Amino acid sequence: MKIVVPVKRVLDYNVKPRVKADGSGVDLANVKMSMNPFDEIAVEEAVRLKEQGTASEVVVVSVGPAKASETLRSALAMGADRAIHVVSEDEVEPLAVAKILKGVVVDETPDLVILGKQAIDDDSNQVGQMLAALLGRPQGTFASKVEMDGASVLVTREVDGGLETVRLALPAIVTTDLRLNEPRYASLPNIMKAKSKPLAAKAPADYGVDITPRLKVLQVKEPAQRSAGIKIADVDALIGKLKELGVA
Amino acid sequence: MTIVRDEMAYDVVIVGGGPAGLSTAIRLKQLNADLSVCVLEKGSEIGAHILSGAVVDPRAMDELLPDWRDSDCPLAQTPVTDNWHWVLTRKGHYAMPHALMPPFMSNEGCYTTSLGNLCRWLGGKAEELGVEIFPGFPASEVLFDDSGALIGVQTGDMGVDREGQPKGDFQPGMRLLARYTVLAEGARGHLTKRVKAQFDLERDCQPQVYGLGIKELWDIDPEKHVPGRVLHTQGWPLSESESWGGGFLYHQAGGQVALGFVTALDYKNPHVSPYEEFQRWKQHPSIRAILEGGKRVSYGARVINEGGWQSVPQLAFPGGVLAGCSAGFVNVPRIKGSHTAMKSGILAAEAISAALAAGRGGDTLADYDAAVRDSWIASELKLVQNAQPLVAKFGGALGTVLAGADMWARVLKVNPFGPMQHHTDAEATGRADLYKPIAYPKADGVISFDRLTNVSYSFTNHEEEQPCHLRLKDASVPVSVNLPIYAGPEARYCPAGVYEFLGEGAEKRLQINAQNCLHCKTCDIKDTTGNIDWATPEGGGGPNYPNM
Amino acid sequence: MTVLVWAEHNGVALKDATLNAVTAAAQLGAVHVLVAGFGVDSVAAQAAQIAGVEKVLVADDAAYAHGLAENIAPLVVAVMADHDAFVATATTTGKNIAPRVAALLDVAQLSEILSVEGPKTFTRPIYAGNAIATVESSDAKLVITARGTAFAKAEATGGSAVIETVSGAGESGLSSFIGAELAKSERPELTSAKIIVSGGRALKDADTFAATILPLADKLGAAVGASRAAVDAGYVSNDYQVGQTGKIVAPEVYVAVGISGAIQHLAGMKDSKTIIAINKDEDAPIFQVADFGLVADLYTAVPELTGKL
Repeated sequence: MKIVVPVKRVLDYNVKPRVKADGSGVDLANVKMSMNPFDEIAVEEAVRLKEQGTASEVVVVSVGPAKASETLRSALAMGADRAIHVVSEDEVEPLAVAKILKGVVVDETPDLVILGKQAIDDDSNQVGQMLAALLGRPQGTFASKVEMDGASVLVTREVDGGLETVRLALPAIVTTDLRLNEPRYASLPNIMKAKSKPLAAKAPADYGVDITPRLKVLQVKEPAQRSAGIKIADVDALIGKLKELGVA
Repeated sequence: MTIVRDEMAYDVVIVGGGPAGLSTAIRLKQLNADLSVCVLEKGSEIGAHILSGAVVDPRAMDELLPDWRDSDCPLAQTPVTDNWHWVLTRKGHYAMPHALMPPFMSNEGCYTTSLGNLCRWLGGKAEELGVEIFPGFPASEVLFDDSGALIGVQTGDMGVDREGQPKGDFQPGMRLLARYTVLAEGARGHLTKRVKAQFDLERDCQPQVYGLGIKELWDIDPEKHVPGRVLHTQGWPLSESESWGGGFLYHQAGGQVALGFVTALDYKNPHVSPYEEFQRWKQHPSIRAILEGGKRVSYGARVINEGGWQSVPQLAFPGGVLAGCSAGFVNVPRIKGSHTAMKSGILAAEAISAALAAGRGGDTLADYDAAVRDSWIASELKLVQNAQPLVAKFGGALGTVLAGADMWARVLKVNPFGPMQHHTDAEATGRADLYKPIAYPKADGVISFDRLTNVSYSFTNHEEEQPCHLRLKDASVPVSVNLPIYAGPEARYCPAGVYEFLGEGAEKRLQINAQNCLHCKTCDIKDTTGNIDWATPEGGGGPNYPNM
Repeated sequence: MTVLVWAEHNGVALKDATLNAVTAAAQLGAVHVLVAGFGVDSVAAQAAQIAGVEKVLVADDAAYAHGLAENIAPLVVAVMADHDAFVATATTTGKNIAPRVAALLDVAQLSEILSVEGPKTFTRPIYAGNAIATVESSDAKLVITARGTAFAKAEATGGSAVIETVSGAGESGLSSFIGAELAKSERPELTSAKIIVSGGRALKDADTFAATILPLADKLGAAVGASRAAVDAGYVSNDYQVGQTGKIVAPEVYVAVGISGAIQHLAGMKDSKTIIAINKDEDAPIFQVADFGLVADLYTAVPELTGKL
């Protein structure tokens, strides 16, 4: 069984984004970039399936700038077998990413595609579902458990208010939620070994995909700041306020 | 449990991806492209832990990569155009005319930049030359052979729980062996500390002393921004507690100013809070005027060496050398150390390359020590050994303008009347009851900020399930000694709020919020009894400084 | 413009999230509501009551019983032939279905919009709400998910929409529903609660957290939340975590007890209408965002408050 795992290079989750003064976007110059945390979970899940003997090959894919090759190397160091880098210095929207991934899936014919549920930069939460739609295959989004079962996969999904389990016919698309697993550290020996694993460079045009954006970002700004209110004297005054608010 | 560790042998292993380590790596590959060279960096990427002003003298860059000005190097972006020096009084300032400044204080020909970005650029150059750089992997242990020579380092274990037990995701550290190991860890490197003790490298020099630099990066009102303008201040507010240090404010690329405040850690009054001194310095009318309408975008802190030439230890020992701030080449009056750090890296590379070519390895590179002492590093640092007498000469003619003596010379602690004596910064701390508590103003959230909010702008993080990397040799000392005698100075000197005294009366205890740590090393230096040992946390932990 | 709103329901009753979506949709044009499910006459009847809804379209088929996106998306695509925009609330159901619809329509999706700025222009949060982007679509049809808390609920009654039946392809055979395990809670759900009482590290341990926070939450009919420090210290499980890496909430009233207000936490609750903070440390950052701050020891103030309510 082959698994394809798309990964994205994003602003590191520890770094608070800084909105550019001209409102054109978020400043990404000289700031720490990392693999999208949900994608790390996806790589981990695939590598575990391989270690269990369920999967035979894990192929990671990234659509992004030249530096995204570092993200692919990280995924290879975690245990993926080979990488495909679809190079684009321009921003690629989720729909176009899904179309490129469809091309990759057609070439690779995996049984499972595991993706992060969303990237923590644009917070779109779309690519997995779109890829499933374009391929006409089932989707198990927000997975907290993935169990292979013959020609199908059982996915436990984190839904509002609880969990839900669905059975998907293979090949299927799964997107990961936070609690699916805890990704491993890439060890230094594995990072060294990852340098010699195959990484193929491609272009969106190789998959016949037009990446012209459909959405135009007119402005990016910081959210409105809250300002400090008043200090209240004691519990009785607090009860007074709660009554004014109509909650006590 | 026996841990099986992978092993890898290199010609040279370099600990630390700062200016010194990267210069060593680059020069090694320039001299011999076939050498295998590896750089370990504890930060999550090159530059993540680099914090400096900075105004950089390009002398070493000219020697290392002569065409740097034409290669998209961030250093080239902003030449210094305008050099100010202010003496602050409580409400105002007077400018020190250039004519009164000793010539070595001029910043002509220098550049102001983010040293972190310069390192990112140098890291790219090193990789192009085939240097293997491993960010996120701290060298946590030094390895010796039976003869006592340094043979390499071991990287930190990953996936260890709070009690030190391996977790499910445990990854043992790796042994990286080298014919020569270069320690380029920056000021107060923890392996350097061990090696200095192991080989008694400070036997012929004064103890190293330090200043704590705390820095913020601001986007300021474009109307107030003058690219290339650099400003230094002395006087208020440290004058109030008779401590030494001063502020800096550099107009850099992208409409930003880098500003910061250095407090010499030999301050006696244990009530001093270097963090709060910085915050009130920003509220000085002359500084506030520059910042108003702007926005703080980043925060960080790091100690710098202030011992000068007198504190430079033996630089070579069996199997290894010290380079950059691991040794301590900061020119204090000029507040510059990057150029000397880089130069020492170049010299280390030249000595190592020659030794390797001669088939040597594991011995003491006396040639390197001699080369440094014969280089412009030595002549530059020796010149400022006499900084204070020089300033005094100008001052004699010009009266009170210089009467207070240039604080940067003071920071140097030069004693013109005899051989200078350094005491360690820890020893300098006085008893709390002999000094006046300082009432610092509250943060206004506009120009000055509370410490924890600022810490969040360092983007620091540490995996929480790991052993505390700030180790107390004796866990009772904070409450039994530091609190009653020194009023618990760790709660104030730490710029990240790592140390907190919680509880009342007999329940009083020290809480260590190790996940906030900025890796500045102040606690390792200033703790009154030397009870705190800074060890490397899990790899990739610590700040993620952008453009610092 | 005619807008198709996805009805959130549990098979028996309409969920409030639908009302938020109707408000968002009404800012774009005429509102139609799609009720897809199995045996959902009562849901359709409720949907027809929502003020401002013109038409309710009902697709009643066993294939739609569990909201499986593989079966639902082709249905929505079919119905979208007569509509210009599709709006779902950004619940796990909405987020599951909408992108599948968008891809089948070959349009870009606008996720979690916060406001409608023009016929094709919206604001939406990026970087976990640390930045707000204003985005304009160039597609002929729109597919939108709307953040529920950003839009007021439409009146649940007062409307009288016509109800029509629609049908789609039904069972796709790609996926099947196995079961659900809904978290049982007497208390309101954290993300949809009107009032939240949250506790921080100052609560010492799990027992103290329970003994202090739960009685107050019960008195106020509030959901219970916690800061990351409290979750990490093991006082409560991580379902309770409010913050950038936890749940993002925006209740009418947020009561922060013993929470210092780390930036990470503030990111998860700063959109609350009114924030009340109780903390011993008057310099705690939480007071910089609180509308009402009480500087007090929580061990005396909270029991007193609970007792007097």
